[in-house]
Amino acid sequence: MVTKTTVIATVLALAMAALLGYRFVFGLGAVANINNGYPWGIWVAYDVVIGTAFACGGYAMALLVYILNKGKYHPLVRPALLASMFGYSLGGFSVLFDLGRWWNFWHILTPGYANPNSVMFEVALCVTCYCLVLWIEFTPAFAEKWGSAATKRKLNKVLFVFIALGVLLPTMHQSSLGTMLVVFGTTVHPLWQTTLLPLLFLISAVSMGFSIVIFEATLVTNVYNRPSEARILGYVTRYIVWLMSAYLVLRWGDIIVEGKLDKVFSSGGLSFVFLLETALFALPIALLAPKANRIKPQMQFIAAVSMLLGGSLYRIDAFLVAYHRAGWHYFPSVGELTVTLGIIGVEVLGYIVFVKKLPVLHPVERALPAAATTAE
Amino acid sequence: MPLTRRNFLKGAAAGSAVVACAATTASEAEARENKTLPPKAVGLLYDSTLCIGCKACVKACRDANDTSPEFNTADPLWDTPLDLSGSTLNVIKMYAEGTSDHKDQEKDGFAFIKKSCMHCVDPSCVSVCPVTAMRKDPDTGIVSHHPDACIGCRYCVASCPFGVPKFEYNTPTPQIHKCQMCRHRQAEGKIPACAEVCPTGATLFGSVLGLREEAARRRSLPAGETTTFSRKTVGSSDTHEKNTAHYLPHTYGETEMGGTQMMLLAGVPFDKLGYPTLPEGSFASASETIQHTVYKGMAAPVAVLGGLMYLAHKHTKHDGQDED
Repeated sequence: MVTKTTVIATVLALAMAALLGYRFVFGLGAVANINNGYPWGIWVAYDVVIGTAFACGGYAMALLVYILNKGKYHPLVRPALLASMFGYSLGGFSVLFDLGRWWNFWHILTPGYANPNSVMFEVALCVTCYCLVLWIEFTPAFAEKWGSAATKRKLNKVLFVFIALGVLLPTMHQSSLGTMLVVFGTTVHPLWQTTLLPLLFLISAVSMGFSIVIFEATLVTNVYNRPSEARILGYVTRYIVWLMSAYLVLRWGDIIVEGKLDKVFSSGGLSFVFLLETALFALPIALLAPKANRIKPQMQFIAAVSMLLGGSLYRIDAFLVAYHRAGWHYFPSVGELTVTLGIIGVEVLGYIVFVKKLPVLHPVERALPAAATTAE
Repeated sequence: MPLTRRNFLKGAAAGSAVVACAATTASEAEARENKTLPPKAVGLLYDSTLCIGCKACVKACRDANDTSPEFNTADPLWDTPLDLSGSTLNVIKMYAEGTSDHKDQEKDGFAFIKKSCMHCVDPSCVSVCPVTAMRKDPDTGIVSHHPDACIGCRYCVASCPFGVPKFEYNTPTPQIHKCQMCRHRQAEGKIPACAEVCPTGATLFGSVLGLREEAARRRSLPAGETTTFSRKTVGSSDTHEKNTAHYLPHTYGETEMGGTQMMLLAGVPFDKLGYPTLPEGSFASASETIQHTVYKGMAAPVAVLGGLMYLAHKHTKHDGQDED
């Protein structure tokens, strides 16, 4: 278990713990560069908004396997759920240390305080529920390891309720993370500000979910010397192509209809990042459109990484780069970045421990025939 | 699998219901309109052309709200706040251009400008606060903050179109701070401290409708004509006479964001004075239109959940048989 990866992850996690200790004694400004012009930094934009989008693998695969009944993808579900479980739990944890008055956090879920007009209330309630749902969805792995067959059977009887919630809740809050920006109005640049924000955030989140499944499966195959899952992943890639095509049509269509096309080229640095987003979203379509490319692991990996970078850039841009307050500036501090890296460290550590100790990856002897029968 | 296509269509239909709801947000019929002015709405009128930049209001605000001075010069001799902050709820700034020779003139001129809470008719901060720590009084329309409820998420700071609420970043027990129109003084029958001390009536307290009327009166006067200006409260007998300046033909805050209860008059364009050009539709109404279209009575989410549960149940049952 002691490898270069786990050691680095542990060091980052410890550094994060120290910095957060400092933050809780001296205030948010002692570690983070956030200010009254940019009150939200990367702890919100990366740890929560991008972090939970990266954690949409479980959502995307559950949608595919349990709702659309694509049983052949079943081997991909459990590792995806695991990553989602960590991603979302740590997203929730990030919120807690980013809250200035964290000791009051329970107000957000308490009638009398809760404000149903607030998009953040919806997101908070929904993400909290989804964290619980993810841990429940993952319980069959615990049950297989430590529980009896009877426990597992009982669990399977009610699991469909949680699977359904596990699809509904991310649909709600991943779109709402986009809606959160609507109230910023003209403070967010017109290339990002649109009433389509919820839809664009939702589509890109599902697409990032499929991409992270490809990304993680490719890494696991190489790191643990397991048989390639390129064939089954090849079928997943088609959804990325469809979703990203829809996304680009909606995004550009909205810009044309709203008469903002001139801003695409006349907004200086923002024009550049906007076009870079489009390029990163378009690359997966270009790479994966030819059917022959879809089963090539390199193509899958490059497309997935491009999609994940595009989705991340879109979120960073919408929350921070395209957000403008005259006279104010924000760039994350080293401490702030270290905390974010520490979160990733905890995620990687947890994933490795769980994969080694619990039945997460499907048994290798079953993997080969399962993959072979996927050809319809 | 003969059922694949049908299942796919069913699943796609259920899964896209929420998306479909989101897509209907553009429809006018469902839109949440701007909120309207409360019946006993009170406010402030700041007239940049009357302001002499004495900052008596900044000092009075400190005393009334018990805030500490801010020092931004080499020697800490003068209270020199540069902007609103965790300890400055009201600030006077200056616009200067070219030779700065003429008051209230855009070119080669200068002008003073007050920054404090606008007390929006349809405030973003109240809409976004997840824990109801920002509240708008249903009668007076004063937007108040309640730290005992606040979780410190800073959504109010991020969403305010005027950049008003401020957070404290250098304490483990931070609070949000903003002008609350001296509601503690108003409860004692007094008026906001800034209006009470203003020697020229540049900051005037009163009913929003009364202040709008007064603003319209001033704008209608020809520049250079001598007129009477009230101090402290609109229509008060404490008056002085002065020649009218050249006003821009707009009362800032009459329409912006569906109206604000603090309004401004000036001779220099408002965007030059740090007041952004804003649409008439409030950002809160745009946000809540989406929120309430998708989540109205939770009908759509519950319907979708039903569909998802049906499909998940059907597909996992089959799945379980496979495994046993």
